[in-house]
Amino acid sequence: MGDLQVKKNPKQYDAIIIGSGAGGGMAAYVLANAGLKVCLIEAGPMYDPRTNVTQLKNPWESPRRGASTKFRPFGDFDACYWGWEIDGEPYTHAENTKWEWWRARMIGGRTNHWGRISLRFGPKDFKRRSIDGLGDDWPIGYEDIKPYYDRVDKLIGVFGSNEGLENDPDGIFLPPPKPRLHELMIKKAATGIGIPVIPSRLSILTKKINDSRGECIFCGQCNRACSYAYADFSSSSVLVKPAIETGNVDVITNAMAREVLTNKEGLATGVSYVNKSDMQEYQVVGRTVILAASACESARLLLNSKSARYPNGLANNSGVVGKYLHDSTGADMGGVIPELFDRKRYNEDGVGGAHIYTPWWGDNKKLDFPRGYHIEYWGGFGQPAYGFGGGVQHMNGRFAVKGHEKQPGGYGKSLKEDYRYFYGARVGMAGRGEAIAVESNYCEIDPKVVDKYGIPVLRFNVKPTEHEINQAKHMKETFREIMHEMGAIITYGDNDDASNNYGLHAPGNIIHEAGTVRMGNDPKRSALNKFNQAHECKNLFCVDGGAFVSQADKNITWTILALSMRASEYIIDEMKKRNIS
Amino acid sequence: MDRRKSLKTIAVGALSAGMLLDACKTDDKKKGTDKATEPAAALTLDRAEEEKIREKELMSTKFFTEHEMATITILADIIIPRDEVSGSASDAKVPDFIEFIVKDKPENQIPMRGGLRWLDMQSLKRFEKSFVDLDEKQRLNIVDDIAYPEITYKDEKGNKVTKGKKPNPELVQGVAFFSLMRDLTASGFYTSEIGVKDIAYAGNTPNKWNGVPDDVLKQYGLAYSERELKECAKY
Repeated sequence: MGDLQVKKNPKQYDAIIIGSGAGGGMAAYVLANAGLKVCLIEAGPMYDPRTNVTQLKNPWESPRRGASTKFRPFGDFDACYWGWEIDGEPYTHAENTKWEWWRARMIGGRTNHWGRISLRFGPKDFKRRSIDGLGDDWPIGYEDIKPYYDRVDKLIGVFGSNEGLENDPDGIFLPPPKPRLHELMIKKAATGIGIPVIPSRLSILTKKINDSRGECIFCGQCNRACSYAYADFSSSSVLVKPAIETGNVDVITNAMAREVLTNKEGLATGVSYVNKSDMQEYQVVGRTVILAASACESARLLLNSKSARYPNGLANNSGVVGKYLHDSTGADMGGVIPELFDRKRYNEDGVGGAHIYTPWWGDNKKLDFPRGYHIEYWGGFGQPAYGFGGGVQHMNGRFAVKGHEKQPGGYGKSLKEDYRYFYGARVGMAGRGEAIAVESNYCEIDPKVVDKYGIPVLRFNVKPTEHEINQAKHMKETFREIMHEMGAIITYGDNDDASNNYGLHAPGNIIHEAGTVRMGNDPKRSALNKFNQAHECKNLFCVDGGAFVSQADKNITWTILALSMRASEYIIDEMKKRNIS
Repeated sequence: MDRRKSLKTIAVGALSAGMLLDACKTDDKKKGTDKATEPAAALTLDRAEEEKIREKELMSTKFFTEHEMATITILADIIIPRDEVSGSASDAKVPDFIEFIVKDKPENQIPMRGGLRWLDMQSLKRFEKSFVDLDEKQRLNIVDDIAYPEITYKDEKGNKVTKGKKPNPELVQGVAFFSLMRDLTASGFYTSEIGVKDIAYAGNTPNKWNGVPDDVLKQYGLAYSERELKECAKY
């Protein structure tokens, strides 16, 4: 390592963006289209669904038949590179706490993984403290962000239905797909007991919206990324690709950002990074630095960007960076619908996700927890994959097959009959709700541990509060009612109690991290202003989930996109006004 | 090369990531049967660089001995034999899948290796031969004792129900092994071309979704609402 030296890129960029997911992709798209020279830094390799194909593959085309690996925790066909653990990049936990940290390493980031659920926050979601006294209000309201939601709807495309719901705003929707068979059964059962079921809102093109992307082919495989037609949203195909085509973006892949560089005046001047391919150190310089590395990675970068002027880390005079970390709550239940045993076969792949969902319907004044949750559903025929028919003894020992009682398990022709008989009868549901962002849940720099690049790593200190636990209990009660009402038999997720927080998933597990670089009007209690701009460093922005004050009972991607678009236009405006030089 | 160009090269160079794995050796000198009709799995999937390295490693090693593979083949065909609908587990190259998956998921290695040995010891005890040398009746004599695990569950009224054979303390490990073997066999078979056809999965192909077929709606007494018919996507 005697020849280790920092290689400085002489080019002066208008903007350096760290991370290419929803927030970074949108920033690159908006800035590049405005003619700004952009450097996009990504910690993983280049990725384009057209060349990196797992869509429409048969199960036998994976030697592990779609089983998960540490490289692809959601299965061998999933588009996303890496996940809970990355070789050489550890993270740690404070004693007796859990945080499961998902990290995508590729162009498009985590948008290569998500379920395309594209929900707007509602008016109440920005003003929760005013409603229930917990957490904080956002410095913006729905009316500030609505025009950007509208534009994101049109730019990217989302299907859904206008329902006129107060806190689940209408949008500019493409037509939703009709419900599948089990979804009709869920809808009938749930609405019968007062739980609303409406069409999903997914960023999948049920109709063509422009010439660079096609229409959905209903293969149900959005998680593999749409090689066929770019008909689902991922940042790689929908934002980064057209941004590169402007000619204004240099993409640096396999580049792990080390810190944000600052000058004597306290302004950001660039970014230093290690190139994972040659293990050399590099620096790029620019007029603005935009963090979009994920809520926790962006917090890590700020905390690691220490200087005489910023002894607590950059943009952290307030001490809030890393704090208020929260994820969606989650709890699940699954079973089978005996009415669907031995069902007729047909192609019901549909879109890559449920065609229906349940927005929050409850009245928290009458409940023992604040904030709500939405319900996602699944079921029916799926492409067979590793695990198919697993634990068949719990099926054929419990349910008669074509009128015959059988012993659990078995073998031979009789067993083959059983696998056929039970196929396509499964059903399940998952609650995804709002956790309260609290100061005592945080990530910080571990004083003793570095990753293989020598970058200090995060140590997590997050515990669910009684609010989340009570919410999970309510989810389970709701699921039980719906399952019962539709004549389904619960086969998992029904043995929870206080000892396991009623099946509440460990925080981080739902992969909606937010809150670590939050915005606010008070520089003492927030890192960013209402335009995602650091209070104490005007040419530094954070446009990922870090900026969130709270995350609603909605998946956060659509709001990341809208806020990033808004922040990017603010940057262009501030540059025009020479407020950012 | 100037810096600008080298930046572009980094991006372009990375574009070739995810190309095909060269020379993957899935063919099968070790397969326990010659009636296989499944094409060997070619690795045509998108792979990250780290995955390519890992998969090359996996393909270059062998876990099971020939004797173990022969035993696995016989067991797999007992679990999934040929019937009037489809072929057998070995027709679908399930033993090759099991060889791969225990390398990929090493937590299965000891349960499988030890379970196969357990089976041979049981065969020796009962018939003084290893399992592969038994005749069909003798094999089933053992299999019938380990193929029906006891299960318990709560019924709709919340009562605990127990079904299956009361576990014989001398055979419980064999029961656990057979359950693992049955699950791996089902995984391998129903994800093969033969198995997918057997189970009649009808998807994984470009199409337009126009809703549940009418006859199926009728069968279950369901119908789309007027609003769904009006507002949902039609093709």
